[in-house]
Amino acid sequence: MSVLSELSSLKRSKSTVKRKMTRADKQEERAGFLFLSPWIVGLVAITIGPMAASLYLSFTDYNMLQPPEWVGLENFTRMLDDARLLNSLKVTFLFVFISVPLQLLAALVLALVLDRGLRGMNLYRSIYYLPSLLGGSVAIAVLWRQIFGTEGLINQVLGFFGIQGQGWISDPSTALGTLMILNIWTFGAPMIIFLAGLRQIPVMYYEAASMDGASKLRQLWTITIPLLTPIIFFNLVLQIIGAFQSFTQAFVVSGGTGGPADSTMFYTLYLYQKGFGNFDMGYASAMAWLLLVIIAIFTLINFMASKFWVFYDD
Amino acid sequence: MTTNTEAAATAVPPGAATGLRPARRADSRTRKGSGSRLVKHIVLIVFGLVMLYPLLWMLVSSLRPNNEIFRQSGLLLTTFEFSNYTEGWNALRSPFGHYMMNSLIIVFGSIAGNLISCSMAAYAFARLRFRKRNLLFAIMLMTVMLPIHVVIVPQYIIFSQLGWVNTFIPLILPKLLATDAFFVFLMVQFIRGLPRELDEAARIDGCGHVRIFTKIILPLMMPALATTAIFTFIWTWNDFFSQLIFLTDPDMYTVPVALRSFNDSTATSSWGSMFAMSIVSLLPVFLVFLFGQKYLVKGIATTGGK
Repeated sequence: MSVLSELSSLKRSKSTVKRKMTRADKQEERAGFLFLSPWIVGLVAITIGPMAASLYLSFTDYNMLQPPEWVGLENFTRMLDDARLLNSLKVTFLFVFISVPLQLLAALVLALVLDRGLRGMNLYRSIYYLPSLLGGSVAIAVLWRQIFGTEGLINQVLGFFGIQGQGWISDPSTALGTLMILNIWTFGAPMIIFLAGLRQIPVMYYEAASMDGASKLRQLWTITIPLLTPIIFFNLVLQIIGAFQSFTQAFVVSGGTGGPADSTMFYTLYLYQKGFGNFDMGYASAMAWLLLVIIAIFTLINFMASKFWVFYDD
Repeated sequence: MTTNTEAAATAVPPGAATGLRPARRADSRTRKGSGSRLVKHIVLIVFGLVMLYPLLWMLVSSLRPNNEIFRQSGLLLTTFEFSNYTEGWNALRSPFGHYMMNSLIIVFGSIAGNLISCSMAAYAFARLRFRKRNLLFAIMLMTVMLPIHVVIVPQYIIFSQLGWVNTFIPLILPKLLATDAFFVFLMVQFIRGLPRELDEAARIDGCGHVRIFTKIILPLMMPALATTAIFTFIWTWNDFFSQLIFLTDPDMYTVPVALRSFNDSTATSSWGSMFAMSIVSLLPVFLVFLFGQKYLVKGIATTGGK
């Protein structure tokens, strides 16, 4: 069903029986590489080549004016002393590990509510899905800046109830929270994936359970949730990978600074400032590789932990 | 909208794992009391309104005079103030239409690139046997999850040495080379669901692979192509990071980059015109959502969109 299950099934099926190639086979192979040629060129020139180059650059000092100068591990040791970098890691981790679980929880609850053959279910689905299509845009970030501003919508509403609001975006202790809310607001896409997963669960399981007198809540815990764990896992992996790379909202809301007081300084935003603000390309490359390693580690942890909680039917 | 989903479910070839099977409709309706159903609907509607409120409020505020935006949290419009739109449209160096045109060029270039290159790669992966296919396929799947940051710095260096910064080439060329692996995967899934007998019959009739691809597979995979086109539209239209990096000349700005410079330059004095242009920038995505919904839902459900 997903990229993830595809990858793991590839590992299992290693079936290449060696045999002599016929003319038709050779023709097919030629056709295969012909059809694949744009992708192969892209893989080499746009993906693997630049990856190798950025790995090399991460061991150099390079400002695009002078040729790169080899500095060994200096960029990486510099990182350890870079308080702003360590702070950006903290900000990003907080963002990922608070907003992703809450976003998925919202997606799951709504999917469970919507699944029961509800009237108007398509309309609800559309309404809840729309924010996740728009949420990544600059326009929504602009809107967020207003809503959570000192004189913004939230404070108007709070004022209506007699509560004195504050500048949510100008206060370092709440600015990141507004971005988390924005991320949670876009729960529609994982919700759609949950809905698709729910429909894969055979109705007869529920019929059998009701016949045995299991309550709805019990059915949820013993049938729905266990059978849904592969989808929960899939969403978790995807959303974590995505959230680590969040950029636009923090950039626009903070006017490109990551402020106030670096409280919205996402890792990618700091990377952007280093690479495309200071043109410290060596350092930016080192940061990019650290990001890749971090994402890879968390994905790996996710996969290893999945053995303990993800339930596979087959 | 009900018919849309049902149509989507039937338009999928047998075997494609979309999971849009209508399941357990009748049983819950008979068992559940109408009272609890009503409560559920009320909760869902209220929650939906809360979700959409910021958007609706932005739309209404874009039609309000500036001094009212900060005082009105409701949705009731007393006056229509279209001047926000005319002011916003002309607030930057070029009229906003110029930036929309730039965005559209990149969007349609990307759509064309993705449709051609990804479908070719998908056909090879799904139907043809060649050496190292599994290895290449695994690499393709892994690039789906690759963060753009590990390639963007060298890409920028290369493209700037080629003099391509502040052109649309860095944004369109990668799409012509099937670097959006997500769509390759989506199409592979779709082609696998098409009956093989069709291509085998064509083979016996003497068709080559190019003709099987163009005459049989492509026409049958229209739903997957539509999904790809729609997602490419929305993601490219919303994309900010790479456009911000590759387009620094104000004449080359796209909608998000222009909106951002508007946001940075005007501070809080002209929310009205900024909201107006935000609405204008969201409109194309909204229209695509409205008319392409079934493909969006299906695309997300099959492969798990971003």
